[in-house]
Amino acid sequence: MEILMSILIGVLVTAGTYLVMSRSLLRIILGTAVIGHGALLLLLTTAGLKEGAPPITNIEALSYADPLPQALILTAIVINFATTGFFLVLAYRAYKELGTDDMDKLRGIDDE
Amino acid sequence: MSWVHLMIVLPLLFAVFIPLLYKAFPRIHTGWFVLVVPVLIFGYLATYLPMLANGGTAIYEIPWIPYLDINFTVFVDGLGLIFALIISGIGALVVIYSIYYLSKAREALHNFYVYLMMFMGAMLGVVLSDNMIVLYLFWELTSISSFLLIAYWYQRKQSRFGAQKAMLITVLGGFAMLASIIMIHNITGTFSIREVIAQSDLLVQHDLFLPAMLLLLLGAFTKSAQFPFHIWLPDAMEAPTPISAYLHSATMVKAGIYLVARFTPAFGGTPEWFWIVTFVGLFTLIWGSLNAVKQRDLKALLAFSTISQLGLIMSLLGMGSAALYFNPGDQGVQLHAYAVLAAVFHLINHSTFKGSLFMVVGIVDHETGTRDMRKLGGLMTIMPVSFTLAVIGSLSMAGLPPFNGFISKEMFFTGTLSAASLDIFNMSTYGAIIPVVAWIASVFTFIYSIILVYKTFLGKYQPERLEKKAHEAPLGMLIPPSILGFLVLAIFFFPNVVGDYALKPMVASIIPSAAGVFDDYAISWWHGFEPELFMTMAVVAVGLILFATLNRWIGLYNHMPQWMHLNNWFKHGLSGMERGSHKVIDWHMTGYIRDYLMYIFITIILIVGGSYFLLTDFTLYTENLASISLFEIVLALVLLGSTVLVMATRSRLTAVVSVGVLGYVVALFFIILRAPDLALTQLAIETVSVALYLLCFYHLPKLKGRSEEEGEKFKIGNFIVALGIGSLVTLLALSVNGYNLFEPISVYYGDSYDLAGAANMVNAILADFRGFDTFLEIVVVAIAGLGVYALVRLRLEKRGGTDESQ
Repeated sequence: MEILMSILIGVLVTAGTYLVMSRSLLRIILGTAVIGHGALLLLLTTAGLKEGAPPITNIEALSYADPLPQALILTAIVINFATTGFFLVLAYRAYKELGTDDMDKLRGIDDE
Repeated sequence: MSWVHLMIVLPLLFAVFIPLLYKAFPRIHTGWFVLVVPVLIFGYLATYLPMLANGGTAIYEIPWIPYLDINFTVFVDGLGLIFALIISGIGALVVIYSIYYLSKAREALHNFYVYLMMFMGAMLGVVLSDNMIVLYLFWELTSISSFLLIAYWYQRKQSRFGAQKAMLITVLGGFAMLASIIMIHNITGTFSIREVIAQSDLLVQHDLFLPAMLLLLLGAFTKSAQFPFHIWLPDAMEAPTPISAYLHSATMVKAGIYLVARFTPAFGGTPEWFWIVTFVGLFTLIWGSLNAVKQRDLKALLAFSTISQLGLIMSLLGMGSAALYFNPGDQGVQLHAYAVLAAVFHLINHSTFKGSLFMVVGIVDHETGTRDMRKLGGLMTIMPVSFTLAVIGSLSMAGLPPFNGFISKEMFFTGTLSAASLDIFNMSTYGAIIPVVAWIASVFTFIYSIILVYKTFLGKYQPERLEKKAHEAPLGMLIPPSILGFLVLAIFFFPNVVGDYALKPMVASIIPSAAGVFDDYAISWWHGFEPELFMTMAVVAVGLILFATLNRWIGLYNHMPQWMHLNNWFKHGLSGMERGSHKVIDWHMTGYIRDYLMYIFITIILIVGGSYFLLTDFTLYTENLASISLFEIVLALVLLGSTVLVMATRSRLTAVVSVGVLGYVVALFFIILRAPDLALTQLAIETVSVALYLLCFYHLPKLKGRSEEEGEKFKIGNFIVALGIGSLVTLLALSVNGYNLFEPISVYYGDSYDLAGAANMVNAILADFRGFDTFLEIVVVAIAGLGVYALVRLRLEKRGGTDESQ
């Protein structure tokens, strides 16, 4: 399972990195989201998989999964959402103002 | 903290108040306030002289960064203290001089004196620090203040050019010196100069000895304007004349001399040190004197003469270093340490006569409006005091009695003759060159000294070619050069006062084994009819003949081939470097953020991947792996499929939906992997995200019209880099499984019910144990929300309140 997860994470990061380097702003945003998913799974995988019950003490069990990475991931998900949302609106606004979402055309002004 | 520390810091502290004083007392020339500082320092440091004469030293230490062996250690010995006295003494005279030289109505005095104080503090720091890193810091500070002072009249193009040139060359040398300091530290394990000297044997035998020595000398030679780095000094003459007299003749350019002298006990006694220092010095001596003769600008002449005289002192230090080759007590020690005695004597003498000459030239410039010797002449009767001072200075420089330059010049000849008689370091073959070169250079020194006096003060007075009507300078301007001129004479008649209190302690610092060998030696200007005297007489005779026939041979200088003009080398080198760096920058700074990301990713692959392969051996960890069920394989396939789809699709909508699918699959994985809270959050967030994406689509009507089928080609290069990053992450994830460096701390949260009253550990961590973090996280979300709101609202207001998008 760990090996499978590691490979999946690699695939996600590859796809995300590739998307981040593309011309279209939307694809870049999607790329960050994909890398984000990869990072979440990476955190979870490195903590060890399927070791014990979900970390809820109501469930009678000998051992529980490590709650700490889960707390971190939860935070990460929310922050991811906040930045993605902001980024998306920014891209939308840039398109409204400039009429393009092509990174090659978003080159700033010549005389900076 | 000792008083000596305070003396170093005092100018720097005082600099803070100069602008305030300038503003508060506009009627009083700021220089009068500043004058207090060097006088105070000189007075205090002079109290150490009796101690030195008795062979004592003092050391005071303030811990600064003890962990790195960097401490502000002040070491007062002969070498450092005499330099410090020259710095503060000449400094005081220069401040008096500048009060009359710089008009308080027109000049930005507050800047001037701030830079000057900065320089003085830095220079005192250089000569009194024992720690090499502290020395280096002060060293660079002198370069910076020199830069600021040369560019003091920054409106002039020439000033800016000269300042930049001086800065580039001296800072280059400074960096070399820093490298050398680090090498020395690696060899000896200390930054303290005294301790380095104590380990001289270790240093000399080490493999890094030669590079460390060469880099150190590079620092010294650039600072002291030795060939071929001397080219910055003539251009530095754009500075106001008090500065030229102070920095570029009496003190800063002697920092290189100081450095060589200071490190002589560590590196000296080796053939490399002897040869390089001696011959670079000699070559600079003759090159400077040859070039000085052809100058038409008075200050340029003095600049080349300074270069030449610095070369003389440098070569003497080189020759004197041979004394360290001999065992203490040998005859050779005294014989060759004599050259060091001559070096330090000439160093002091040079500060007196060159300082006064610079000031006189400044007076001429100030009172006639020009420094061009072709326009000057016949000023003797108009400016009698300046004339007298110029004669004293010039004849001392030329090495004639009854001036102090005569004695040190004779000692210089003695030094060259004993160096020629050396039978070590292969000197028996080449030794004879030294006195010959020294003699020729002295002839030219004599010629330019005469030119200086003759062309300025004798000859025909040409009032029509001068900008101002010439007249004698005010008394205040004449006092400082007069004091120096008086010293020139006084040292000639009473050389042993200087000898006992200054020269002998200095020699003891430079050649420790020679401490005490000169105790019974008295410097005197008369040695009887020795070879040195005949050499001087020949210099005068040949010099006078050549001066009389000057017009016949001065034209030879025009035949100097182009490649010998080192300034061209500097100019072409500089513009070449500019063009080169432009090319490099144009090549890699494309302006596409994509390319920069590419650089970042490639760097990550190289550094992380490279160190991974170099430092660890990869073993696939296969024990205790969790099981895989069919459901999970299906999920994995869905994840793979949607990922590939995101990458491959040309439709934006498909891409967005695929990312949504991807998010949901991740949520399902969370359920399997015992993380129900994450799954819940992920599901909620993913839903909102997809909605947001689609909402934005809805608001981008034109985009649909343009290219719903976004045509972006598959880029193999990008993909390879992306694959590299992905594989790297996979590798890291796999290797992490094998590591368990310490017990997880999460056991603590197992008691979450008892500790926080929550059965759900994850929630307890977020809301209780790390509640404050969560609070800040909410702040982040709120800020993002405000940003989104602002982005949307701002547009509406700008468009005059009409809401287009709704």
